[in-house]
Amino acid sequence: MNEVAVRLRVNGRDVRASVAARRSLADFLRDDLGLTGTHVGCEHGVCGACTVLVDGRTVRSCLLLAAQLEGAEVTTVEGLTPAGGLSVLQAAFQECHALQCGFCTAGMLATAHELLAENPAPTRADIRDAIAGNLCMCTGYVNIVRAIELAARRLRESTAGRP
Amino acid sequence: MIAQALESPHLDPRRRGRDAGHAVVQRAGALKPAPFEYVRARSLDEALAALDGDGKILAGGQSLVPLLNMRLVRPARLVDINAVPGLDAVRARPDGGLDVGALVRHTDLLTSPLVQARAPLLAAAAAHVGHRAIRNRGTVGGSLAHADPAAELPAALLALDAGVVVAGRTGHRRLPLAELFVGLLTTSLAPDEILTGIEIPEARADGWGFAELARRAGDFAIAGVAAVVRGGPDRCTRARLVAFGADDRPVRLRAAEDAIVGRAASAELAARAAAEAPRDCRPSSDVHASAEYRAHLVRVLAEDAVRDAVGRLPA
Repeated sequence: MNEVAVRLRVNGRDVRASVAARRSLADFLRDDLGLTGTHVGCEHGVCGACTVLVDGRTVRSCLLLAAQLEGAEVTTVEGLTPAGGLSVLQAAFQECHALQCGFCTAGMLATAHELLAENPAPTRADIRDAIAGNLCMCTGYVNIVRAIELAARRLRESTAGRP
Repeated sequence: MIAQALESPHLDPRRRGRDAGHAVVQRAGALKPAPFEYVRARSLDEALAALDGDGKILAGGQSLVPLLNMRLVRPARLVDINAVPGLDAVRARPDGGLDVGALVRHTDLLTSPLVQARAPLLAAAAAHVGHRAIRNRGTVGGSLAHADPAAELPAALLALDAGVVVAGRTGHRRLPLAELFVGLLTTSLAPDEILTGIEIPEARADGWGFAELARRAGDFAIAGVAAVVRGGPDRCTRARLVAFGADDRPVRLRAAEDAIVGRAASAELAARAAAEAPRDCRPSSDVHASAEYRAHLVRVLAEDAVRDAVGRLPA
């Protein structure tokens, strides 16, 4: 089995690693880097739990090989979380009860982050369309949609800061 | 070599998290695909050279990696072509058409002004492919080479009369899309060939329509129809209708096309074409829908797609 040398940035830090060719980005993040905020659900791209940002775009980390990430900038939920507090999106999720078990939350946050970065005033339909690829078995989605609406409104009103 | 971790796998992950960016300790577990050799090709020649024997091309990986994870495919070698330069551009052709590189992602098809201007059907089809995270990685070349009969892009490109450029060790060849698809998940590409680009002829004056039914946004369609109609309101001079999810490959609906060509664009025309639409496809039954229901969908969706296409013809 071959090993592949990769250099990438994860949450703003340089990472050099030698990874097994068949190691997924999700397992690399969780098991090699200890970044267990990324959750692994279906492992074939259906559930969205493992969604992270690569070069600013959402990806399924179970459908990428760590070996492919040479030169990439990866952001996980740990990287979306400001030191010592919650992001605007995270605070809205908390206030709106947008999570129960929390398994889908990291992926939901990455997806919502990309949505709000591109569309500061999404309609309810836009939000539902954006999160259609992220399964939540607890909430029924209603409070997740409310949380993303609330975060969008706060970000528009503050005109500053990141999702 | 993998550094076999001496720590328990139950080691507090937060402690290891502090070391992110420095020492990287690997656990031997949690490797899903069967072993393969990984080759990061830096040029087309390198990629072609690496494809001998049991090699498989890795582009977006959004169909291949699930198959690897479930060990439904076990290639000896994965040839990653993402770093091959020159395959990720959308370019205008002098004849009014478009050249689309094989590595263009679905998200980029959706947002490209050139695609919007010259092949809006392709952008409309791309909007239906998977979810955003899938579209951010999945490539147009990969969608064609995977040849899923329910996929949107192969049907849209077949309706647009597109051709593909294929690189092999002895040079390049071009073939029309109809000659690429030979059956379920099967193309005419040789194992050591690489699909490098798509050529879409001039279609700016054509009317187009795209209709599909899926149970959920982002799912594969149960069935769908892509339509391109040429001419004016008084007389349609050409029609290309393609059904997907309705056979073992995307199929031309020729009887429906014949019902359009030579006639004036009208509301009745769409219904007349739709009535002929199920004649050219052989849908199958599965857990999502019966063959009869799929045939019904092809008729209904053909009517929608043709109505939209003739509605977009220049006045």
